[in-house]
Amino acid sequence: MSQPIIISASPHVHSDRTSKKVMYDVVIALIPAFLVSLYVFGFSAFIVTAVAVVSCLLFEYVIQKYLMKTPTTIGDGSALLTGILLAFNLPAGLPIWMIIVGSLVAIGIAKLSFGGLGFNIFNPALVGRVFLLVSFPVQMTMWPTAVENNTTLADAVTGATPLGMIKEGLMFGDTMTSISANVDFPSYTNMFLGLSGGSIGEMSALALLLGGIYLLVRKVITWHIPITILATMAVMTGIFWVIDPESYASPLIHILSGGALLGAFFMATDMVTSPMTKKGMIIFAIGIAVITVVIRLFGAYPEGVSFGIIIMNAFVPLINTYFKPRRFGSKIKAKIV
Amino acid sequence: MLKTFPKGGIHPPENKITSTKEIKRMTVPKVVNVPIAQHIGIPAEIVVDKKDKVEKGQVIAKSGGFVSSNIHAPVAGTVTKLDLVIDTSGYKKQCIVIRTDAKDPSNFEEVDFPLKTDIELEPAAILQQITDCGIVGLGGATFPSQVKLNVREGTKLDYLIINGVECEPYLTADHRLMLEKAQEIVVGIKILMKALNLKKAVIGIENNKKDAISLFKSIIKKEDGIQVAALQVKYPQGGEKQLVRAILGREVPKNGLPLDVGVIVHNVGTIFAIYEAIQYNKPLIERVVTVTGKKLENPSNFWVKIGTPIKDLIAEVGGLPEGTRKLVNGGPMMGKAIKNTDVPVTKGTSGILVISEEEASRGKAENCIRCGECVYVCPMGLEPHLLMNLSEKGFYEKASQEDIMTCIECGSCSYVCPSHRPLLDYIRFGKNIVKKLETTKN
Amino acid sequence: MTDSVLYSVLLLASLGVVAAIVLYVVSKKFYVYENPLIAEVDELLPGANCAGCGSPGCKSFADKLVNTEDISELFCPVGGNDVMKLVAEKLGKAVTEKDPTVAVLRCQGGCDVRPKTTEYQGPRTCAISAMIYSGETDCQYGCLGDGDCVAVCNFGAMYMDEATGLPVIDTDKCTSCEACVKACPRDIIEMRPRNKRDLKVFVGCLNEDKGGIAKKSCAVACIGCSKCEDVCQKDAISMNNNLAYIDPALCTLCRKCVDVCPTHSIIETNFPPKKPKKVVEKKPVAKKVVEKKEVEKVAVVKGEAAKPEVKKEVEKVAVVKEDVTVESKNTKTDA
Repeated sequence: MSQPIIISASPHVHSDRTSKKVMYDVVIALIPAFLVSLYVFGFSAFIVTAVAVVSCLLFEYVIQKYLMKTPTTIGDGSALLTGILLAFNLPAGLPIWMIIVGSLVAIGIAKLSFGGLGFNIFNPALVGRVFLLVSFPVQMTMWPTAVENNTTLADAVTGATPLGMIKEGLMFGDTMTSISANVDFPSYTNMFLGLSGGSIGEMSALALLLGGIYLLVRKVITWHIPITILATMAVMTGIFWVIDPESYASPLIHILSGGALLGAFFMATDMVTSPMTKKGMIIFAIGIAVITVVIRLFGAYPEGVSFGIIIMNAFVPLINTYFKPRRFGSKIKAKIV
Repeated sequence: MLKTFPKGGIHPPENKITSTKEIKRMTVPKVVNVPIAQHIGIPAEIVVDKKDKVEKGQVIAKSGGFVSSNIHAPVAGTVTKLDLVIDTSGYKKQCIVIRTDAKDPSNFEEVDFPLKTDIELEPAAILQQITDCGIVGLGGATFPSQVKLNVREGTKLDYLIINGVECEPYLTADHRLMLEKAQEIVVGIKILMKALNLKKAVIGIENNKKDAISLFKSIIKKEDGIQVAALQVKYPQGGEKQLVRAILGREVPKNGLPLDVGVIVHNVGTIFAIYEAIQYNKPLIERVVTVTGKKLENPSNFWVKIGTPIKDLIAEVGGLPEGTRKLVNGGPMMGKAIKNTDVPVTKGTSGILVISEEEASRGKAENCIRCGECVYVCPMGLEPHLLMNLSEKGFYEKASQEDIMTCIECGSCSYVCPSHRPLLDYIRFGKNIVKKLETTKN
Repeated sequence: MTDSVLYSVLLLASLGVVAAIVLYVVSKKFYVYENPLIAEVDELLPGANCAGCGSPGCKSFADKLVNTEDISELFCPVGGNDVMKLVAEKLGKAVTEKDPTVAVLRCQGGCDVRPKTTEYQGPRTCAISAMIYSGETDCQYGCLGDGDCVAVCNFGAMYMDEATGLPVIDTDKCTSCEACVKACPRDIIEMRPRNKRDLKVFVGCLNEDKGGIAKKSCAVACIGCSKCEDVCQKDAISMNNNLAYIDPALCTLCRKCVDVCPTHSIIETNFPPKKPKKVVEKKPVAKKVVEKKEVEKVAVVKGEAAKPEVKKEVEKVAVVKEDVTVESKNTKTDA
């Protein structure tokens, strides 16, 4: 034997699953959605994503190396993922400096100031996004219109998201029938495939579903959070829609448009900021859906998924304390035949 | 749908490379080191002295208390010294060193006893014989069997469960024993049923041992009250509580024993040892050991004398391969890494696992990403990530409230952790401290 | 405009007055009487909150001192006799004097003399590795080298020597709170009387193995040869399980045992070097370790305000340093 025998405590074998693999699985799952936005937004989608990713990695490296003086962890894929998710929540064509500011907030404030990977309370990408949304509301809601096979480099025509149109229309006293009769209002098929307005990542329901199914198959996420969010949203919006279909959009519109699918499959399921038990996950998901629907229907913003997730993130430690797994052998009576 | 326990569990690669290898008799070792603490409880008291001649099967250390066990000479020979030898605990412990008498014929006549089905002894005599022969639980816990069988009067018992699960990867000792000694094991079960006045017994076998399942099914057709339960392959099904839950659907209460739900669980190896002890008055001086490892020349199962140094076993399978970095006494999930090859085989050694360079090293521990994987796989419904944090930071009382003491140390949490965190290391440490705090409190 | 300024000033002022009244009433109402002596005694105590006395902190110890009739059993190791005397005066109770003690490390098995035979992987704390097995070397009595003692020291009196992998105790900073003694799973750290000028002679080994085995696992192990026991005229040395122990109460610091010990497992500290040349011949690798420590220890002291005594020590160290260099030359040629 060339080297001394290793002694360690059991177990002596380990599954080949690593944090890195988990992160890269999520990245892979986001590829279809990215391809769709490249197709509809063209080069500007690529620029936003690239800038977000590069600046997230750079900030992580610089802050860890020079400010925190700890070993850098940019290789673990988490900063990469934060960058991609942040970009996916931004409109294509956002000024580059704003993306960089968003990355700084996401990595510097939301992640590293809490202690780095695993210690952050809020989803970093969403904190970055919400920071930009409240700081630069105008630029953050300038949605370039989706164009099939977009190859332009110039700024695209700006339009509004379906949810934005509904909110604005209802405010001016329009009915749902007249809003959806508008030429700009996308059809269900277009919403499903990705030809409506919105952030880079939330375009195509189909692509997001593909990614979500990949994550479910690879067991990176479980069904509890995404399905509960979508089901609760559908039920809540469905109730309002049944009561008054002229003042409230149908559940299908709510689920297919905006960040519902992106949030349900990719943002809310972020391991660090979601509860650890299945019971807790369901409570967490219901909370997100309720807040989202309330904001969408009654709030000032047309979209509420990011706020819903961030608010529920804050409740995760509490949920973890109150929803524990059932201990084996607790509170049972011995039954003897 | 096969039966299993509902919560948690993992399925590591099985790697049962020795499952088709017949159990061979090992060459009689020249020297045996017999530790006096081979069982849980009080170490036995040495009753021989230096230079004493001992017969094969003679008592060399007497049970030192209620929870203790006799130890017998595995070979005929001379006691050369009473020395400290590193055993599986990693520490030097008192051992009786016996040099084998090369001329004594009893050392070399290895008879396979013919099957004997009539049970002559009465229940009280059976228990006494088990005590005298130093039988302990051979599944790995090495709990003295007579203590387990000493059921307080008034306890309602209705099932005997035989643990033939062998859920640890690599190990095949129980599997081979079940295939080769099925008739004897069934007699052993009947002995225990007679001793405990039980009407029903279930043999639990995981479905990766289909040959053993069908063999037992064909034998028990003639027997009343004995059943075979095929179980889904899932670690740690061999844990008593998980096994009872899987087979009978009964949940052993927290901090309780299977006895509390009317069940008594024994390993197949123990059953066979009991059979030999009752029918042929043979003390526990040898057991089946799987010597295995991916790089070994000829991994096999052996009948091994207690006290045989592990290096003799390794020589038997073709020596240590190049690049060996870890030796494990037991299976890869719950076994203990051992320091050198002088460590003797004890009553609890179910296997020797030789791990090569690539698999031996632990991954570097990273931050917890709070994925909750450890919570899902914990068969006891605990939160390993929380328990690790609590015992690392020294919040032992809180850890105790979070049921740290119910941890069965199966290692599923450490196995799945994608950040390679030493969860079980800290939980075990916390358990130790909590145990100490509790004993000082009382 | 003036109105709003006036109003806001008035409003704030009245808020302040109301808050002050509430605070005053509450503090009067919920006033808890505390024996003023406790605060006074607390004032006398060092305030290190090290728990060396057995109480969780200085305040609770002061409470105990004031409220216990007989305080002869109670002692503050950090403050020592001086503080206890003051406490006794204040309270008018009798205290027992105790010899000042200091922690010593009873293991010299550094990396160079005690070879590692296995590699440990897992959390690097002594408590956990001790739970799993006997340590990376073949000696199951010696230092595990993961520094639990250093971690618990509140006074910065310990650090890990990277060259030897052993902890080093800075005796000037040691307050004998015994935190390290409790933290060590191997009981290697012992409290021994400080003596004059910090002179100490003790066995730097806890190995209970038989001579050959002990020597094989560690070059400076006590092999239980009893030579020290024979040479000691005061019967201060006792042999137990192949291990010598020097009773500090009987030892007169004559250092005869140090000279006869074949493995140099008996440590002497702070003695002026005697007959340098002869010593050098006798000393193999083992002794070097101890002296290295001395050098380093004083190097730490040097940084502090130089008292005349310290200066002397520095001079002394200069001599020792010479020894080391001479000796290392010797060992080189030997090798």
